[in-house]
Amino acid sequence: MAWFKKGKELKADKKVKIPEGLWVKCDNCREIIYKKEIDKNLQVCPKCNYHFRISALERLKLIVDEGSFIEMDEGLSSSDPLKFRDRISYREKLEENRKKSGLEEAAISGEATIQGHPVILVIMDFSFMGGSMGSVVGEKVLRASETALEIKKPLITVASSGGARMQEGMFSLMQMARVSAAIARLKEGGVLYISILADPTFGGVTASFAMLGDIILAEPRSLIGFAGPRVIEQTIKQQLPEDFQRAEFLLEHGLIDKVVDRKELKKTVAQIIRLMA
Amino acid sequence: MIKYYLDFEKPIEELELKIEELKRISDGKDMNISGEIRRLEKKARDLRTEIFSKLTPWQKTLLARHPDRPYTLDYINIISEEFVELHGDRKFSDDKAIVGGIAKIGNDTVVIIGHQKGRGTKERIKRNFGQPHPEGYRKAFRLMELAEKFKKPVITLIDTPGAYPGIGAEERGQAEAISANLMLMSRLRVPVISVVIGEGGSGGALALSVSDRLYMLEHSVYSVISPEGCAAILWRKNGDLNADDFSKASDALKLTAQDLLQFKIIDDIIPEPLGGAHRDVEQTAKNISEKILEALDELRAKTPGKLTEERYKRLKKIGSFVEES
Ligand SMILES: [Zn+2]
Repeated sequence: MAWFKKGKELKADKKVKIPEGLWVKCDNCREIIYKKEIDKNLQVCPKCNYHFRISALERLKLIVDEGSFIEMDEGLSSSDPLKFRDRISYREKLEENRKKSGLEEAAISGEATIQGHPVILVIMDFSFMGGSMGSVVGEKVLRASETALEIKKPLITVASSGGARMQEGMFSLMQMARVSAAIARLKEGGVLYISILADPTFGGVTASFAMLGDIILAEPRSLIGFAGPRVIEQTIKQQLPEDFQRAEFLLEHGLIDKVVDRKELKKTVAQIIRLMA
Repeated sequence: MIKYYLDFEKPIEELELKIEELKRISDGKDMNISGEIRRLEKKARDLRTEIFSKLTPWQKTLLARHPDRPYTLDYINIISEEFVELHGDRKFSDDKAIVGGIAKIGNDTVVIIGHQKGRGTKERIKRNFGQPHPEGYRKAFRLMELAEKFKKPVITLIDTPGAYPGIGAEERGQAEAISANLMLMSRLRVPVISVVIGEGGSGGALALSVSDRLYMLEHSVYSVISPEGCAAILWRKNGDLNADDFSKASDALKLTAQDLLQFKIIDDIIPEPLGGAHRDVEQTAKNISEKILEALDELRAKTPGKLTEERYKRLKKIGSFVEES
C-alpha cells in the first residue's frame, strides 16, 4: 500500500518451535498430547485450554488477513551503546538470538488488515532475549504509533516481554518514556489503540505501552505484572496465591478489559475496530 | 555526632577520629598540638579529595544510598520559603514513599514532588524504604494535574530503589500507575524539571522524571536495574554474590551522572560538596535550587505548546540504534 516508502512482504511460514517430537507434555495439565493436535488448535492445549507461547510470526498468521502484512522498520538494529558484556558481548548475544529466533529483534512491526480493517501492528517475540525492550523495540513502537496517528488507523500491539533490556542500560529505561509519549499523542489524536497481553508480560513493557491501551485484552492464564513473581516472593517472604498475576487475576482486579481465547482474538479485535469506527 | 563512614572512607575516618581526639586533649591551648591538628586536617582534606575524585560506579551507588544522605523533604525544607504538603491519591490511601505539595521557590510557586526515604528504623518502615505503591504514583499524578490546572511548574526529586514489588502493589496496578504518569508527564503543558538526588531505581524512578530538564547530583545514580539485580541475572550463584560482582555490574550498567551526561540522557550535573551531599546539606540544596531557578527562567519563556513539543523531541532523540535501508 502507498503509505510506506519501504517495506517488503514477510514470509510467515516459520515452523512451530515449542513442541518437539510427536508427543508433547502440556505445561499446565501435564497430559501427553499428540503434537499435531496442538498445532491444529493454534498451540492451545485441547485438554485444558492452556495457551502455549507462540512466536511473533505465528501470532501474525493468527491475527492478520493472509498476505496483508507489510513489515516496516525491519532495518533497525541496536548499536550497543554501553559496550556491554558478561560472558559474551551483547553484540554476540544479539547475533545468537537472531540465529535462534530467525528474527532481527524482539518485535516486528508493520501494516496489515484484520478482517479487512487496516491497522498498524507491533508484535513482540519472547524467544528473542526474553522479549526485552531496548532502543530498537522502543523505536518500532514509537514509529508504529506515529504512523497510526498519521494515517488515523488503529494501533494494535501484542506484548510478550520480561521488561526493559538490561544490556542497553538507561537507553532501555528511557524507551518506556518514549513509547508512552508516543501513545499519549495517539490518544490526543483520537486514534484507537488496542493492547493485547500474551504470556508473559512484565516490567518496563507492562509499565509503559502495554497498560496504555484504550482497550486491553489478554490471553487466558497469561502471567502479567510489574515485578516478577520471584522478586515479589523474595521481598515479602511468603508464597504467592495460586492465580496471582494471571490474566484472570488482572481482570478480577479491574486492570484489563477482557480475557480472550486465542481462537477468538482476531474476531474480537476486528469487532472492536468495527464498533469504534 | 557519630558519622557513618562507608568502607572506602575508612582511611578518612581514622584521620578524623585522631583529629577529634587531639582537639579534646589540647583544649585549643597547646600550640604544638594545634599545629599537628592543622597538618592532619589538611591531610584528611587531601585524602578526601583524592578518594572522591576517583569513585567507582559501585562506590557512587553506595554513596547515593548513604544513610546520612539528604532526602526530598530535607531539600524542600531548605529550598522553599513556604511549603504546603498535600496528601493522598483520593482513591485508596496516602503513600508516604512519595511526598508532594505546593512550594514557593524564589518568586515562583511550584508543585514539588519526590520520593521520600526514611531515617531510622521507624521512619524507614513508614516510608517503605522509599519504594512507592501505586497510590504514590497516583498522588503524584493528581498533583501534576493540579499544577497544570493552575499553570505552575512541576519539580520532581528522584530517590528510590524502585517501585515496591508486593502483592497489593500488583493487585492495585503498579504498572498501570507508572505508565499513566509517563503518559501524563510527556504532555503536561507546564515546565517539568527533575533532579536525581540519590538513587534512580528503574521504572519507579522514571515515573517521576519525564521532564524538560533532567539533572543529577554529582554522586547520584540512575539505572534500569540495580547492580545487585544485574549481578544476580548475569552470575546467578545462589545468593553468594559479593561486592566484587556488584562492582562489576555497576561498571557495566553505566549508571553514574557522568556516564549519563556523556550519553546525553541527562542535561547537566549538579555539584556536591567534597565528601558528598550529606557533608553540607545547605550547600547542596543551594546548588539544586540555583539550577532549578536557572532552568525555570529558560522554560518560562516557552508557550505550553512549544514545551510539550520540545519535550517529545527530546525523548525521541534517546535511542541507540543503526538503520539500514
Ligand atoms: Zn493442558
